[in-house]
Amino acid sequence: MSTDVIAEVKRDYIISLLQQGERIDGRKFYEYRNISVETGKFEKAEGSALVKIGNTQVLVGVKLGIGEPYPDSPDMGVLTTSAELVPLASPTFEPGPPDENAIELARVVDRGIRESECIDFEKLCIVEGEKVWIVFVDIHVLDYDGNLFDASSLGAIAALLNAKFPKLEDDRIIYSEKTNQGLPIIEKPIETTFAKINNKIVLDPNLDEELVMDARLTIATTEKGEYCALQKGGSGTFSQEEILEIIDVSIEKSKELRKFLR
Amino acid sequence: MKVGKPERLIVNGKRLDGRDFDEMREIKIKAGVLERADGSAYVEWGGNKILAACYGPREVHPKHLVKPDKALLRCIYSMAPFSVSDRKKPGPDRRSIEISKVTRQALEPVVFTRLFPRTAIDIFIEVLQASGGTRCAGITAASVALADAGIPMQDLVPACAAGKVDGEIVLDLFDLEDNYGEGDMPVAIIPRKKEVTLLQMDGKFTREEFEKAFKLAIKGCMHVYEKQKQALKERYE
Repeated sequence: MSTDVIAEVKRDYIISLLQQGERIDGRKFYEYRNISVETGKFEKAEGSALVKIGNTQVLVGVKLGIGEPYPDSPDMGVLTTSAELVPLASPTFEPGPPDENAIELARVVDRGIRESECIDFEKLCIVEGEKVWIVFVDIHVLDYDGNLFDASSLGAIAALLNAKFPKLEDDRIIYSEKTNQGLPIIEKPIETTFAKINNKIVLDPNLDEELVMDARLTIATTEKGEYCALQKGGSGTFSQEEILEIIDVSIEKSKELRKFLR
Repeated sequence: MKVGKPERLIVNGKRLDGRDFDEMREIKIKAGVLERADGSAYVEWGGNKILAACYGPREVHPKHLVKPDKALLRCIYSMAPFSVSDRKKPGPDRRSIEISKVTRQALEPVVFTRLFPRTAIDIFIEVLQASGGTRCAGITAASVALADAGIPMQDLVPACAAGKVDGEIVLDLFDLEDNYGEGDMPVAIIPRKKEVTLLQMDGKFTREEFEKAFKLAIKGCMHVYEKQKQALKERYE
């Protein structure tokens, strides 16, 4: 993937604004852009959600299939999360197999779902050791204007909540007939992402801010206020105090995002 | 239900390998172990056996990756097929691609890349045997290999994980604890500035548990740092 470039003059402008306590798009440091979540617009998928955070758009589709369980967890369903940075979403995205950014995105979203024990996998067992439901979460990035992590994870949970099992007849899936039964979702993890730009910490970086940021921190939290996944990114560093402050703010901010899940 | 999970991971206040909660496994580091590499290091960390090599600064291939103002730092983390119980298919998988990325980003903050524009500095990490905590051992080895290659750096980067096992916060998880514990938090730091260059986490931690594990991991990093310095001193004595 080629990389976006940003003019030095714009970089300096973003940094000098932050020093005065302002952001380039007028937001407060710990403020999200406008968020919208629309679910169930794509009928062929068992569940779907289109999430917009500012101008960033991510579509997440959930498909259900039947397959074999892993040998070390014979009575549990399987979760597979993938992400595609579709070339129509940015001039820097290129067709081809997922690059390290797409893989990291998918794995961080996956970690939030898995580690929060969001899905009751034992309820996805059909025949122990032989047949279980496989949940495919596919993240399709449609328009990249920063903060893909929060948009994708919010979309993933919304799509999982939206998903309905297809009809099962003699162990064959009839995809054309959906049942009323939803997935066994018992937790709703929320990911919040912070960027460090020249010693200032901001929530929900837009593309310009991502291009000048030194480092990034994504935190997944549960409804009870536990931490279930973290990922630092970028080639800069965080101080210990910054990390402890960010994880406190993340709990507060996750409450705002949770409102968008029905 | 998880097959193979021991009933308990902590018995009579000790971990299954006999360690205390805040006790690390034994770590041995040797710098300069490969002939052809510009810098190299070998780390034995509990049951982990890991080689790291550094090449560069050298010409960039393919050319379009050249950075006009600084060196391109590249990192590949790879596991030998025989390094784990169930043979690992050779070649990069999604996990190793992610680890390669976070390893590069853990090391990048200390390397003076602007001293070598239009060049590449390549780091290769080969896990020959894995027993939990390979990304931390890999970062630890890679940073010694960079120093051994004479690459100018602000500091070494030691890494260490803490985690949660049977409800207790413990230091330096080994494979059983990694697989069946309740949480894992690898951390890498720049010791002289006490800044964090790698932070990942999975599992479930409360606020107090998080802070306790985070501080414990940093303490572990400081221990690893001493071992790294010792290895470099031994190499150039």
